Amino acid sequence: MTYSPKLIDHYENPRNIGSLDKNDEGVGTGLVGAPACGDVMKLQIKVGADGLIEDAKFKTFGCGSAIASSSLVTEWVKGKTIDEAETIKNTDIAKHLALPPVKIHCSVLAEDAIKAAIADYRAKSAKKDEPVSEGEQVAVPAK
Amino acid sequence: MSVSVYLDHNATSPPRPAVLDAMVEALRMGGNPSSVHRAGRNARGRIETARRSVATLVGALPAEVVFTSGGTEANNLALTGSGQPRVLVSAVEHDSVLKAVAAAEIVPVDHDGIVDLSALERMLREASEPALVSVMLANNETGVLQPIAEVVRLARTAGALVHCDAVQGTGKVTVDFHGLGVDYLSLSAHKFGGPTGVGALVVRDGAPLRADRRGGGQERYRRAGTENVAGIAGFGVAAEAAAAGLDVAALRDRLEVELRRIAPDAVVHGAAATRLGNTTCISMPGVKAETQVMALDLAGICISAGAACSSGKVGASTVLAAMGVPADEAATAIRVSLGWNTTADDIERLIAAWRDLYVRVAHSDIAHAQAA
Amino acid sequence: MNAFTQIRRNDQPIYLDYQATTPVDPRVLEAMMPYFTHKFGNAHSRSHSYGWEAEEGVEQARAQVAKLIGADEKEIIYTSGATESNNLAIKGVAEFYKDRRNHIVTTVTEHKCVLDTCRHLEQQGFTVTYLPVQKNGLVDLEQLRAAVTDKTVVVSVMAVNNEIGVIQPLAEIGKICREKGAFFHTDAAQAAGKIPLDVEAMNIDLMSISGHKIYGPKGIGALYVRRRPRVRLVALINGGGQERGFRSGTLPTPLCVGLGEAAEICMKEMDAEAKRLTKLRDRMLKGLQAKLPEIYVNGDLDQRIPGNLNISFAYVEGESLMMGIKGLSVSSGSACTSASLEPSYVLRALGVEEEMAHTSLRIGLGRFTTEQEVDTAVDELVRHVTKLREMSPLWEMAQEGIDIKSIEWAAH
Repeated sequence: MTYSPKLIDHYENPRNIGSLDKNDEGVGTGLVGAPACGDVMKLQIKVGADGLIEDAKFKTFGCGSAIASSSLVTEWVKGKTIDEAETIKNTDIAKHLALPPVKIHCSVLAEDAIKAAIADYRAKSAKKDEPVSEGEQVAVPAK
Repeated sequence: MSVSVYLDHNATSPPRPAVLDAMVEALRMGGNPSSVHRAGRNARGRIETARRSVATLVGALPAEVVFTSGGTEANNLALTGSGQPRVLVSAVEHDSVLKAVAAAEIVPVDHDGIVDLSALERMLREASEPALVSVMLANNETGVLQPIAEVVRLARTAGALVHCDAVQGTGKVTVDFHGLGVDYLSLSAHKFGGPTGVGALVVRDGAPLRADRRGGGQERYRRAGTENVAGIAGFGVAAEAAAAGLDVAALRDRLEVELRRIAPDAVVHGAAATRLGNTTCISMPGVKAETQVMALDLAGICISAGAACSSGKVGASTVLAAMGVPADEAATAIRVSLGWNTTADDIERLIAAWRDLYVRVAHSDIAHAQAA
Repeated sequence: MNAFTQIRRNDQPIYLDYQATTPVDPRVLEAMMPYFTHKFGNAHSRSHSYGWEAEEGVEQARAQVAKLIGADEKEIIYTSGATESNNLAIKGVAEFYKDRRNHIVTTVTEHKCVLDTCRHLEQQGFTVTYLPVQKNGLVDLEQLRAAVTDKTVVVSVMAVNNEIGVIQPLAEIGKICREKGAFFHTDAAQAAGKIPLDVEAMNIDLMSISGHKIYGPKGIGALYVRRRPRVRLVALINGGGQERGFRSGTLPTPLCVGLGEAAEICMKEMDAEAKRLTKLRDRMLKGLQAKLPEIYVNGDLDQRIPGNLNISFAYVEGESLMMGIKGLSVSSGSACTSASLEPSYVLRALGVEEEMAHTSLRIGLGRFTTEQEVDTAVDELVRHVTKLREMSPLWEMAQEGIDIKSIEWAAH
């Protein structure tokens, strides 16, 4: 199996490894995959007051293609609104990294991870919006 | 003692120097072609390069080439793996075709050793069961070429598949897999300057093939077992070298002319047919083949009394018998086969030694008594 | 320094995949060379000296192979490799004795070619018992004894497993088979030349051997077939009747000679080599354990060939690890299946959890492995496992004390 230079670059120099505080209101966390299947991705986004994704972090247990796919999407989502981030398709990821056919599932997992992180963020904000007690300020996330 | 003259290329042809270089390199580098690491990928690369060379030599697609341990395995794989309930084989096939399936029906040949096409047509019509017809490209003992295109035409009309054992033809005449229109083609590397222990079955895209051995998924599930990387690499180089053709027909013709000048009653078997340019099967009346072989060996010349693979037993040739050659005449037939390193001088030495023998033995009273 | 280190260029990875294949020993290659160049005759050509020379080489090699396993040279048949030997042994006896016996016993951790052959025979109407193995990878002898009946034609149990290197109790299995009148076939591709084998003492009736696992060439193997009491087989490849009718086809003389030479070298050097490799393997394992927590050796460590380690590096996926350790050639399973993404069926059979099976590497040490290579390999493994654990969400959870099994994972 031969891998594209872009894939190898993301595998060897993964961007945005790490974790954000999952209890932070502005942070959405997606955890997809299963250890028994050999792939687990954790992808986190932090949405700023302006509605833009200002930070993204990931951790992945999986093959090189899974690591590269998750690294790539953390780059892609940054600076986008969550609606824009939601439009990222697995085929875009697969194409960009030139994933071999047997590794397409990695890009699917990465797309799922974004969607899961966004869903988590939305669920959190909905919960927060419900009581709308007057005077409560939306916390400005610390940089 | 002068260097021996080797004129038994249909038994095995010595590997060309470039073949050896490729093999030694592959042996030194190692690697299991199924491994994903670099050593494995290198080995895989050697196999795929060779696959392209072999495919090119016989006008096939690389994906149609299945490497095997040799011609015998390829023939067995085709005959058992095509899965056809009926198998028809010509009477002059190699044992690895004749004995591959127990219930094979034998198609007769004429006096020149050519498959009887009207008999084939009749036999194909006799039953409606799906059939496989197996006819060799060139005979190992006489070099006689078979009308494969005609065989294919008859088989297609009857809806039958065709296997062609091209072990002796490859590297000696142009072989065009798609042009011939056969479904399966067997190849062996060591018959044309490649190594022993490697061959191939070329399988037309879409032709049925049930693997006869189980194991890893090598050769796209058509032939399990770790590939003989060095052998395959050598096969590829031999295929490239063979693309230039084998230009020994003039030497062979001169040999036949001279031998018949020495012994006017000498018979060249299959002479009326189109033959490989490298093979002659000739009888020196009154002198047993073994006697000739031994006398020539003492003179430093290697030829054979027939096919080499009958495990050393010198039995009556089934090929000559099928051609209707009387047993006593068949017992006096030797096979001379030329190859890529044969020189004009080799042929002169054979002519001289054969002349000595003929003068010494064939005209003695003993020989006449033996013949009578 | 040995010859192989000179052959390996500095930019080439360190080869640690000796169970997939072994490099050809330069001494083996040297023995083969004359048979490529001037002794190239067809060993079946009895009519001239080229044929005789080739035959002599082939027969001398046959004796060398026989000696390695305590057999008579007449009991050795050349094949194109262990896959063919396994196919021939199992199908051959099953077919020959099918009117009297129709049952086969094997284990779930056999090489794929044995399992596939058995499955094929099931389709032909044979009954096959696939014995489980214990957690250490070894077959339970009492279970085996119970499985063999008077209908059992052959018991096929591998001598050494290709993924985890464990050695099955051959002598005990042989004894049971002899008592019950079943033939005992063992796939010794990974065992021959590495551990002492004796077909008499172990009551082995059929044994498969591979050239390229013992520093010989690819494309050649052997099958031992007992003559007293005689084991009979139906041939798989028919034709010229070579190899006493068991296996037709022109013998590849240089390959046969290579197999013989490889066998002889293995036999001569076995004891010293086993000691050397055991030391290297222990050095590697200790080196890894000193710097990496939560690594687990799969399969019994004592009943094992010296040149094998199979380790689960918890929380690190095996393929990504392989991609990282570019300076090392190792494998994440057997070579035949390493291009597929399924976790090893051998590890699953030991009861290794699927998530653990995904974290396993097979490390094979061999004749040309040096202490320096082992140390380099340890460093590289430690570096990459540490790096990958830092980016593993599972490692993070484990550090936080979260039980991964408590999470409901969506099946993907």
